[in-house]
Amino acid sequence: MQTLQEKINYDKTFDCVQCGYCLPACPTYETMERETHSPRGRINLVKLVAEDKASIEDLREPIEKCLGCMACTTVCPTNVQYGQILEGAKEVIEDQRSESGKQSKVEDFLFESFFSSEKWMRTLGNLTWFYQKSGLQAFANRLSLTRFAPLHLEKIERVIPEQPSPKARAKRVNHYKPDGPAQAKVAFFTGCIMDGVFFETNQNTIELLVRSGLEVLLPEQQSCCGALHAHSGKIDDSRELAKRNIEAFEKAEVNYIVNNAGGCGARLIEYHHLFDEGSYWYDRAKRFVSKVKDVSQILVEVEGLEFTKPINRTVTYQPSCHMTNVQGITSPPLELIKKVPGITLKELDRLDFCCGSAGIYNIVNYEDSMDILDVKMKDVCGTQPESIITTNPGCLLQMKLGIEREGATETMDAVHLVDLLLEAEPKVNYKFC
Amino acid sequence: MNEWLQILNNHIPDQRILTDLADRYSYSFDASFGEHLPDVVVQAKSKEEVVHVMHIANRYKVPVYPRGQGTCLSGGPLPVHGGIVLDLSQWPKKIDLNVEDLTVNVSPSVLTANINKEAEKYRLMYAPDPSSAHVATIGGNLAENSGGPRGLKYGVTKDHVLGLELVTPEGEVIRTGGQTIKNVTGYDLTKLIVGSEGTLGVITEATLKLLPKPRAAQTIMISFDEVRTAGLAISQVLTSGILPSKMEIMDNASIRAVESFQPAGLPVDAAAIVIIELDGHPQTLEIETELVREIMSKIGATQIVIPNTKEEANKIWQSRKQVSPAIAKIKPTKVSEDATVPRSKIPDMMDRLKEIKETYNVELVVFGHAGDGNLHPNILCDQRDKEEMRRVEQAVEAIFEAAIDLGGTLSGEHGIGTMKAPFMENELGTVGVEMMKRIKDSWDPNHIMNPGKIFAERGQKLVLTDD
Ligand SMILES: Cc1cc2nc3c(=O)[nH]c(=O)nc-3n(C[C@H](O)[C@H](O)[C@H](O)COP(=O)(O)OP(=O)(O)OC[C@H]3O[C@@H](n4cnc5c(N)ncnc54)[C@H](O)[C@@H]3O)c2cc1C
Ligand code: SF4
Ligand code: SF4
Repeated sequence: MQTLQEKINYDKTFDCVQCGYCLPACPTYETMERETHSPRGRINLVKLVAEDKASIEDLREPIEKCLGCMACTTVCPTNVQYGQILEGAKEVIEDQRSESGKQSKVEDFLFESFFSSEKWMRTLGNLTWFYQKSGLQAFANRLSLTRFAPLHLEKIERVIPEQPSPKARAKRVNHYKPDGPAQAKVAFFTGCIMDGVFFETNQNTIELLVRSGLEVLLPEQQSCCGALHAHSGKIDDSRELAKRNIEAFEKAEVNYIVNNAGGCGARLIEYHHLFDEGSYWYDRAKRFVSKVKDVSQILVEVEGLEFTKPINRTVTYQPSCHMTNVQGITSPPLELIKKVPGITLKELDRLDFCCGSAGIYNIVNYEDSMDILDVKMKDVCGTQPESIITTNPGCLLQMKLGIEREGATETMDAVHLVDLLLEAEPKVNYKFC
Repeated sequence: MNEWLQILNNHIPDQRILTDLADRYSYSFDASFGEHLPDVVVQAKSKEEVVHVMHIANRYKVPVYPRGQGTCLSGGPLPVHGGIVLDLSQWPKKIDLNVEDLTVNVSPSVLTANINKEAEKYRLMYAPDPSSAHVATIGGNLAENSGGPRGLKYGVTKDHVLGLELVTPEGEVIRTGGQTIKNVTGYDLTKLIVGSEGTLGVITEATLKLLPKPRAAQTIMISFDEVRTAGLAISQVLTSGILPSKMEIMDNASIRAVESFQPAGLPVDAAAIVIIELDGHPQTLEIETELVREIMSKIGATQIVIPNTKEEANKIWQSRKQVSPAIAKIKPTKVSEDATVPRSKIPDMMDRLKEIKETYNVELVVFGHAGDGNLHPNILCDQRDKEEMRRVEQAVEAIFEAAIDLGGTLSGEHGIGTMKAPFMENELGTVGVEMMKRIKDSWDPNHIMNPGKIFAERGQKLVLTDD
């Protein structure tokens, strides 16, 4: 019992005074219409499981249906560590599942095949490219994608962007230098989904950094950030990945570690939570964390860009929940968008309402995710944008899905902030080394 | 399965009749103390559904507990005797403004702050402003007769209700009051229902009064090196012909808590600060601000801050808002009281609170709405420490006693619920409580409407632990 109480963060549940301030902020409380699917309800159930008044099975659905968007933590007046409570709950649920030997779910397959290493993600990227170019159904069969049919993976696939050829991928180097003296040396965290599915955006990110006068390294040994593992209760795996990244980036000896995915960034800045305070790895993680920056932060800080091409377009901005609620970054993306000449920014009514993508939530809980997306799209359509700007691959795909659902593909698109910025042609100022 | 549970299903869809353990536990609490598992949670979305539930409940003698968003601080929605939690928070939200009449019709699930937000679009306001207005439902506010800082000038919920629609415990629908400010037809049932804490029926609609929104507001923050002087200053302002919209007080412990939580530049050496908001026409405000300044410097205030911009003013109010979360950092469990005394007795009450703090050796912090005598003594403790909780229970009883001694009341805002029920007689006397019970008996002959609230059960005592 002792270990269950510890794992499930029983102590932390006492920080919740059940004031209910988080209720209006929680997307699942709004769409699922039950306190069971609210932050306060979830925390209460975690507490009850620790007190043996409810079973882990009772906790499963409410926890699996939580987006992990952390909007509740931003509004919570007593600073409840919901992120840690959620992760603890997931771990306990996952432990029970693997002990009971129940056959693995979708997540297992995804983790084993897609997210575990850079190689796999590259494979995914390449295969997606091949699939799109050739239209070969065989691809789907080979990866037993048919297993995902009820999970609507095909709907998500439809919105995956055009993929660069394997050749283009192979051309990437690991070290870029600006023209003049470098303002600082940064390492770029490529992220697995970003690199697999949005390779172009990653290239554009490097380009922006270099044009800002930064020297950019791409440490080869880097791996997945481990966010999706942690969100699925695979804390041990997540910890291993963290160690790998800490080592890889230490070797690079840089001033900053830059990423362009709000979800990954949120994981990276919490690496120290994976280790016991004061331990050797905790200290190493702390040093790593102190260098992590979102690309928008670093671009605002170094002020190295001047946009030359006006973009006469009405846009709206959908922030990544993890960037807002975990990393606490809200203004840099907006500052950058406003710098683009010609642009009209119309802000959403409910900026902090999750889009429903939430890692692989939209794959695993498709219907619930779409309910949330529909709320989001109503807000989006109210601003009548031509483009929706996002800062995270999951959100980007989800917004594309939302545009499809609204039947608005002719009039609206979704782009990563980085792509928009590069389109505005910031002054060039670099060469390959 | 219970017969009554099956019949419930006749008019209410499955997905809104919750019987899973996880769901039932999710409606077993509110923002106060105690955990009680209901047999079922029913989520009503229309008057007809409520009528259906009440018919069944009355026939089968099953208790029904109305619930809004469960932010109650006195145990009001807790299903203490099992039965049905009637969740009203998912009711379709309706805010129908009648701008020309300065009234608004609302459904019970509407969040109070949203009523004001709608009204402001037409330069009107819904005045009651409990600090939980952005979370709590208007149904809960009506049932608790909630109030906030603006109560000083504008009164509390009951002062803004023109009419109600109610489903009685026997499942009948009645309308009380109407759409007019003046209305003296029959007993004033509206006022009886407001503040009845869900014990007389389920509120299904309300007609509320709106006011013109004041043109401008001015904040003033004053520091004192003695709490008594602060109390005196408050009385002097109120007798000088000025009626501020808000007058809040923070004691030294709350000032320090805020400063170490989120520094805002508050004077940490002050014994107390008073934060005033004046509202009205900008020219009037200038004159009144000057008057307040004169009164304060004459009486010996140590510092007077008059912010020039909205941002500066917001910063001051923000720090007042931070008191609750800031003091929650002292210890995990927060027992928030709302004993209220006549305004002139604030200094005496402060003295009594200091004594209580020492006698029972508890972490006691005081802040609140000084302008209307509504203080919030908060005790910070740890629910897991049983011995400490016993002392806290005694301290709370002593606070109630002090308030009543000074001619005040057990509760200015949070209601009686389960928590204060054992103390009602001390304030109202045996006959006072008996008359209320008679009203309750005739409205709810089968005692199914939110039982266990307001009226103490035999041997009931204040309990601040969950088990
Ligand atoms: C942090 C915090 C700050 C607070 N600040 C204030 C404050 O400044 N001022 C203040 O007055 N209160 C305050 N409260 C207390 C609380 O928010 C109010 O009592 C509020 O009115 C409760 O609304 P609710 O929707 O949460 O109702 P609930 O808590 O769900 O229910 C409250 C009571 O109302 C009854 N009820 C609910 N809906 C109906 C209905 N439609 N018909 C009949 N009965 C019904 C319930 O049975 C129960 O007895 C605060 C609470 C918290 C947690
Ligand atoms: S806002 Fe924080 S303290 Fe309040 S109920 Fe939600 S999690 Fe608990
Ligand atoms: S993380 Fe998001 S979905 Fe989960 S409880 Fe918090 S607000 Fe709700």
